Amino acid sequence: MGKILVLIESQEKQIKRSSQELLTAAKKSGHTVIAMAFGADNAGLGSQASKYGAAEFQVFSGTEFNQYNSELFAAAMADLIQKNSMDFILGTATSLGKDLFPRIAAKLSSSVISDCTEMTIANDNIVVKKPVYSGKVFAKMTFDQSKHKFVLMRANQLPIEAGSEAALTAQPLTFSKGDLKTLVKEITKGKTEKQDLTEANVIVSGGRGLKEAGNFKLLEDLAAVMGATVGASRAVVDAGWVDHGMQVGQTGKTVAPSLYFAVGISGAIQHLAGMSGSKVVVAINNDANAPIFQKATYGIVGDLFDVLPKLTAELKKALN
Amino acid sequence: MKIFVCIKQVPDTETKIKLSPDGLSIDPNGVKWVMNPYDEFAVEEAIKIKEKNAGAQIFAVTFGPKKRTADCLRTALAMGADEGIIIDGPEYSEPSLAAKALAKLIQSEGGAELVLTGKQSIDDNAFSVSQMIAEHLNIPHATAVSKCSIEGGKANVTSDLDGGAKAQLELTLPCLIAANKGLNMPRYASLPGIMKAKKKLLKEVDLASLGIDIQNQTKVLSMELPADKPPVKMLTGDSQAQATALVHALRDEAKVL
Repeated sequence: MGKILVLIESQEKQIKRSSQELLTAAKKSGHTVIAMAFGADNAGLGSQASKYGAAEFQVFSGTEFNQYNSELFAAAMADLIQKNSMDFILGTATSLGKDLFPRIAAKLSSSVISDCTEMTIANDNIVVKKPVYSGKVFAKMTFDQSKHKFVLMRANQLPIEAGSEAALTAQPLTFSKGDLKTLVKEITKGKTEKQDLTEANVIVSGGRGLKEAGNFKLLEDLAAVMGATVGASRAVVDAGWVDHGMQVGQTGKTVAPSLYFAVGISGAIQHLAGMSGSKVVVAINNDANAPIFQKATYGIVGDLFDVLPKLTAELKKALN
Repeated sequence: MKIFVCIKQVPDTETKIKLSPDGLSIDPNGVKWVMNPYDEFAVEEAIKIKEKNAGAQIFAVTFGPKKRTADCLRTALAMGADEGIIIDGPEYSEPSLAAKALAKLIQSEGGAELVLTGKQSIDDNAFSVSQMIAEHLNIPHATAVSKCSIEGGKANVTSDLDGGAKAQLELTLPCLIAANKGLNMPRYASLPGIMKAKKKLLKEVDLASLGIDIQNQTKVLSMELPADKPPVKMLTGDSQAQATALVHALRDEAKVL
């Protein structure tokens, strides 16, 4: 049996759902599952990780690991992978995972397959599926010669199964690298503390149909009822109504929620490229011919200013 | 200052994608090819940096079949790059091979003080080549960069993180910066720019001459087109009826509430 290293990410001292998904998949494969994390704040996540299948937990717990530094993190994690001859290395396609994994893979003369939506771990290889060409094609891929096999999964793609929790204490790791050429001066948080669009399970996106920036309040109200994250089309980002971090689509985020609301969004192909991985799509638009309806599960042709408040009220009733 | 901008040519988003007969790749025939949109930000930033640094030189480089990729380098030259270099390569290659080839080329051309790329290409969305080039060149990198200033041998950049968070980084040159949307507004090539580009040097390099291991470490097992979605269910009636029907459908039928 081989060794699978899973990079754990957390939010408010809880292992993120996406990391739970990776641990569950790793456990099912029958390989030895080693969870790892960065930062002193994450040193206590071992027992939680055991619940989803981790047999070991390792953490770089020095204060220098509290803040992401690509050079330091890549060197430290590469060292761990090499020393322990890890066969498979799994992470989530978050801003951290996407920045970090390719650099480590290159360091170890290996390859990474990123942005995957399906993953099957066999004895000596992994088979994944990932959307390519703006979601117009799905590619099934595997590794050929890669010494270590790195995979980055999109969030919300795999089931989670919790078992019993064992007291798994962290094995603290140290690593020092002098002469860093990357200085992290400051990390500022976003306006909302909510989940990122790429990890959100429910997304409410708005487009030009909202007429002005202030009307995003209607979407925020709807989102609040469901614990959803608010997104936007390129048109309203370019118009300066909302931050680029909220853009769903080709030059924005690629999302894969269970439920996606497209409100006042016509559905340009660049937008569809970013949300075609959504399981259920609701389109609300006053133009019955808008292309978004061809991608939607449920469609409402109507005045969004009339429909949204009623929908928010109905959802509130249903969810209470 | 020597600036290298790495560019990938990708199918235009609007283009129709067909699979090749063996089902292992797309059929390149009839595809409209364009410069990867994120790479446009990288080219624009290179030109802006050159405008502030007299004597700077911009090399636009790409990896792919020379018969088509020359077009995207011509575009970069017309925007303001000084010289183009094509590594003539196969129709498809994985990110780690592209990164090795591009890094080796940069080294063989005497090295870079600054490497600019787009943060990802919109065809395979790998978000990998930039960091891998930086690793091979043993220089620091920043991805998803939406602000950049180069001064006194340092690059001060803003890197966009998840959830609207941002990191302020200071990288010591030489370094690699991978552009995000928001970094700038790419210029259109002007007519005089296009005329001038025709006289600029566009060189070709054989992949084999770079002396790197060209074995792909991953392989495509199959490609498939997504299954057709069932037709949309339109919810009719007045707005109240529509809202009620939708909540029912989401809760009882789709079971996503």
